Amino acid sequence: MSDDTAVDPEEVQHVADLARVDLAETEVDRFAEQFADILASFEALDEVPEVEREEELANVMRPDEVRDGLSQEEALRNAPETEDGYFKGPRVS
Amino acid sequence: MSTDYNGYITADTIEGGDDGPLAERTVAVKDNISTEGVRTTCGSAMLKEYVPPYDATVVERLVEAGATIPGKTNMDEFGMGTTTETSAFGPVENPVAPGYVPGGSSGGSAAVVAAGDADMALGTDTGGSIRCPASFCGVVGIKPTYGLVSRYGLVAYANSLEQIGPIAPTVEEAARLLEVIAGPDDRDATTRDAREEGSDYDYAAAADGDVDGMEVGVPTQLLDGADERVVETFWAAMDDLEAQGASYHEVELPSLEHAVEAYYVIAMSEASSNLARFDGVRYGVSGGYDGNWNETFARAREEGFGDEVKRRVLLGTYALSAGYHDKYYKKAQDARAWIQSDFDDALSEADVLASPTMPVPPMELGESLDDPLTMYLADANTTPVNLANLPALSVPAGETEDGLPVGLQLVGPAFDEHAIVRAGSALEN
Repeated sequence: MSDDTAVDPEEVQHVADLARVDLAETEVDRFAEQFADILASFEALDEVPEVEREEELANVMRPDEVRDGLSQEEALRNAPETEDGYFKGPRVS
Repeated sequence: MSTDYNGYITADTIEGGDDGPLAERTVAVKDNISTEGVRTTCGSAMLKEYVPPYDATVVERLVEAGATIPGKTNMDEFGMGTTTETSAFGPVENPVAPGYVPGGSSGGSAAVVAAGDADMALGTDTGGSIRCPASFCGVVGIKPTYGLVSRYGLVAYANSLEQIGPIAPTVEEAARLLEVIAGPDDRDATTRDAREEGSDYDYAAAADGDVDGMEVGVPTQLLDGADERVVETFWAAMDDLEAQGASYHEVELPSLEHAVEAYYVIAMSEASSNLARFDGVRYGVSGGYDGNWNETFARAREEGFGDEVKRRVLLGTYALSAGYHDKYYKKAQDARAWIQSDFDDALSEADVLASPTMPVPPMELGESLDDPLTMYLADANTTPVNLANLPALSVPAGETEDGLPVGLQLVGPAFDEHAIVRAGSALEN
């Protein structure tokens, strides 16, 4: 099954870069193998006919009024690093 | 209260109000539902120290109804799993079938109810995550109609599919808990008022076991390929319903053969977007490194996420990436619309649809972790319901000869939770 949808480790690495997830080399190889099987099963979607979709969706609106939200202190409480009431990101070299 | 089957991640008690329909009752809460001041980890190392600054709407409603929350239950990381073995806090063991998984992803919630360590619990169901563990642990679980229960404060995995719902020892108690949490919420714009959909919120009253004259459809696609022990138990339960005055007919829903693929493409795609927020800056594990932002975030995510989460984020990114969107995501949306129309047709000739909740009995602990595809295929009977936005209930149907619980799934029309509660309660007679 994995033969016709072989996934190259480089492809896994590329997607991992897009998704901003580092992978160890052993993970890349293992994922390449597993993705081949999983993507091969997704191939069955080719048999699905094009379907007319009737979306019954309606926009939900509300007045744009000021409401209580989190205080600055509450919003920062879970941040690994903060400075002067701001989130602190990595220093850009 | 800690449990020897690892049901809770955090066992801090949140006291309920003095009176209300759930006074003196305990309701455990899955750990992807925000509790102000009590850490909410989603079963992930990424959020092992995250303490929400606000309550989810369902938590506010529990406390107002008088319920005491005894703790936050263990779960597959971010809800991604069918066995509750992908938690960063260790797997949960099935309390009624030692050595076996409790099902997932709400495995902790079902386990604490099955073990009697909580009266009831809340789980979340994106592709079966309430019904599967309810089935494997021999308790009742309800996945409500999409939009019936507010998702405000639920940490998102795949928003177009997931709902919070009750797990309880009996259908009536599950229905009573649903009454407390259901209803529109202006903080979740996808909620709808059941009363405006021609329905009401009196679910517990529907647990009267009166199935005389009820018509039940049985989708053959959901029996094909199921384990023989499960199929036997299922038909025995159907005979029971028939003896009480219900009748059934078999029905073909060819679209259901594509539900698992469609579900995983859509869920993974939404997950890849939803989980982009975990960069270790505003919350979560920080990479603690300096340099290129993208590289720093990638290292934080490498450390914070487990295997299954990485797998789904990557496959979702792949399915949405240039050149593949039409092949995977668009086709999955076609399949979703096809499944919806098949269900509409089937439910125009039946009050409810019935099938085994899971095609297999509980797996042994450790059996399925190395084979993600096999684990995904176990969701064949539950995922179609999420794709169709419909309500479904899992109720114990009996046990296999070797004593493993088997659940029966009932699917009803949108906002007709009453029908599945009524049919489910008849199986408890």
